[in-house]
Amino acid sequence: MTGGYLADVLKDQAADPAWLADAVGRVARDPAAVAGLFPAAGRRCGREPLPDPDPALTGWTVDDAARVLLLTAMPLTGAALAEQVGALYRYGDADEKRAVLRALPSVDIGDTGVGLLHDAIRTNDPRLIAAALGPYASHLDDEMWRQAVIKCVFMGIPLTVVAGLAERADGELGRMLADLDQERRAAGRTMPADAAALLSLLTSDPPARPHDQKEAG
Amino acid sequence: MRIFDPHIHMSSRTTDDYERMAAAGVRALVEPAFWLGQPRTSAGSFTDYFDSLIGWEPFRASQFGIRHHCAIALNPKEANDPRCREVLSVLPRYLAKDRVVAVGEVGYDSMTPDEDEVFAAQLALAIEHDLPVLVHTPHRDKRRGTQRTLDVVKESGIDRRRVVVDHLNEVTVGLVAGSGCWMGFSIYPDTKMSPPRMAAVLRQYGLARMLVNSAADWGRSDPLLTACTGEAMRAAEFTDDEVDQVLWRNPVEFFGQSGRLDVSSAEPPATVFAGNSIVRGGA
Repeated sequence: MTGGYLADVLKDQAADPAWLADAVGRVARDPAAVAGLFPAAGRRCGREPLPDPDPALTGWTVDDAARVLLLTAMPLTGAALAEQVGALYRYGDADEKRAVLRALPSVDIGDTGVGLLHDAIRTNDPRLIAAALGPYASHLDDEMWRQAVIKCVFMGIPLTVVAGLAERADGELGRMLADLDQERRAAGRTMPADAAALLSLLTSDPPARPHDQKEAG
Repeated sequence: MRIFDPHIHMSSRTTDDYERMAAAGVRALVEPAFWLGQPRTSAGSFTDYFDSLIGWEPFRASQFGIRHHCAIALNPKEANDPRCREVLSVLPRYLAKDRVVAVGEVGYDSMTPDEDEVFAAQLALAIEHDLPVLVHTPHRDKRRGTQRTLDVVKESGIDRRRVVVDHLNEVTVGLVAGSGCWMGFSIYPDTKMSPPRMAAVLRQYGLARMLVNSAADWGRSDPLLTACTGEAMRAAEFTDDEVDQVLWRNPVEFFGQSGRLDVSSAEPPATVFAGNSIVRGGA
């Protein structure tokens, strides 16, 4: 997600485009200014969902896009950039944290933002967990990624928030879903439809399934 | 009766209190930052507290249709502890938040040089962040503390229409009435002001620039004393419109100066905060 693209998207959406243009300019000259401008983005630009966004911006709000634009305008690299991104997350309210998570694939900090994903996944805040499972979640190790996907199922977060789910879902995730399904049945409860569909996809894999059954028998 | 409590410490109250307040007519409030009842030992303790003032408490309040805003500051008591002073450097981050509508509580506790310095620094922050200020006046040596407060406010250059001097009583209200600052009164069960005394002060000094709060915290206090003051005003033959001015329109006008006050009632309550529903028996 480049800054230029977001600036185009926001041109007709931000409530106060002059404020946003000025804020981007200030951050480009003085990255420390972002600390005060980042929280103000909601009240200056608006908090409505982006209308008809392209698929990469599904679920984004105007303030998300404005905040990501501010982050990508910072003329910082390496450790200094990672430190500023981390501080915006630490001192952010839930909306600001969500924007930082959305920005992670667009800022050049390598895998140093993984700790922020771990924090977000710990929170039990569905808005943050959903944002943490975007494209940057490719940096999560498999164990944590599977845990996060299962947590979505627990919390009723639609699995459409998980970037690259079809490609990354593996047999171990299928086993975890099957165990959850068994627990739910024992309790007289059901699985969300999207999780049941994923379970069925993962466990109907013809080469693995008959073999498993033979072993078990 | 619609009520805006301009000073109440909800983090030390139960969720039942929110429910009772909503039933009594409280629809909005401001929770200023203060101490915890025991000393903090680090700046981190403040930031976790500030996070709850902009996150968890607004969520709890929303369960009962109450709009929660807050004021952020290093309180006067802990301004004297060098372990807490470093929180001053992170205040600008919090003073930029949507729900932060003032700097506060600032002011004096024991009137030490450290308190002088921290008070002046935070008045400067209020000017820089274009925010009103909520000033606590000391429990001990209140008259002198109130006078010194007014001197420091004047020296800072802040517009006095953007300052409320709080915890006033019959002895100190006169000092503030002529200063241009707003006058705050905390109604307590035993100490500070009572509802009938408050009604008498309003009769004597008028309704302009007057704010009435419960200042309820973990001490013996009562979050419904704003409503009781409304009743006391009626008993003293104030009109319903006058009650509305003191208990609703005045605080809306004062904190509205922040440009961040949102008292629209349209927002449906959030169902969970960080996955944590406080509706017992719920999911």
